[in-house]
Amino acid sequence: MDIDKIDRIIDKYHGEASSLIQILLDIQSENHWLPGEALARVSEVLDVPLTRIQHIATFYKAFSLVPKGRHEIHICMGTACHVRGASRVLDSVQDLTGIKPGETDLDMKFSLETVNCLGCCALGPVMEVDGKPHGKMAPARAIDVLKNYE
Amino acid sequence: MSEILLQIDGKEVKATEGMTVLEAAQKEGIPIPTLCHHQKLEPYGACRVCTVEVEAGGRTRLVASCLYPVEPNLVVKTRSQKIDKIRRVLIEEMMAHAPDSWQLQELAKEYGADRDRFEKEPSFCIHCGLCVRYCAEIKKKNALGFVDRGARREISFIPRIAAQECWNCKECFELCPTSALQAAYVLVQALSPARSSSE
Repeated sequence: MDIDKIDRIIDKYHGEASSLIQILLDIQSENHWLPGEALARVSEVLDVPLTRIQHIATFYKAFSLVPKGRHEIHICMGTACHVRGASRVLDSVQDLTGIKPGETDLDMKFSLETVNCLGCCALGPVMEVDGKPHGKMAPARAIDVLKNYE
Repeated sequence: MSEILLQIDGKEVKATEGMTVLEAAQKEGIPIPTLCHHQKLEPYGACRVCTVEVEAGGRTRLVASCLYPVEPNLVVKTRSQKIDKIRRVLIEEMMAHAPDSWQLQELAKEYGADRDRFEKEPSFCIHCGLCVRYCAEIKKKNALGFVDRGARREISFIPRIAAQECWNCKECFELCPTSALQAAYVLVQALSPARSSSE
């Protein structure tokens, strides 16, 4: 991620230190993760100590300090999804991608994450890919959905 | 500065507005145990060992004396069965992390805390924040901070800053009630090659 891009995001918030979390969220959504150089640049421009940024970036789960794949898969493990077989969906996705929750594959294609409720229990089991929910999942259907992603 | 009269352990105490209960007690020589408190630093209220009972408006409450401002006619109790029990359990919990800290051992003796009550989880950090706050407030270097949250929270040096600043300072080491801080620094030092080139 280049410095110009980061500066543009910071300018959008008029370089105010109070917008730190918004700035980090924008970098996260554009880049999928927060590289060290980006944090150093934000720290320098906003005049916020790096320790504080590090504290915030590790506190919220929305931020990632490790590279993420092009597509983020979230599999719901909430109660409703769980009783409808979310763990079997998770197993088949793990087999297809070869990664466990919290990991990213070598091609940087997928990152896998489990979540505890996506708020649409009627659709369970739910798998979310890049923010788009896919409801009523079954192991085979989940694999079909993921085959559409490059 | 208006003067405020309050009662601590049955003793009339004069304090000025803006003082905390802890400061008022220390001025009178009434002991209240502390771990995360430091005179030069802003009150933090992390360890809760300084918990006292205050009575104001007919109700008793448990508060952290290092944060609680003095009020007129406040009645403070620094020791009671309830307070002693709270302090004992807090010490026992912290000793699961740092069993060999001498400050904790002293307190354990005083309050009858059992060092082995809880399963050991030797992180050696009790999250008092003394090092983090000292570096930020006094030295203004921000060489180390907290990372992560909840039970996984720990101190972490920023290698780039630590390599430049820490070697000649190390003032935070003696503040640490355990030896975790020093260990963390030694680790960073071992990992960062930058120091030898700047020395």
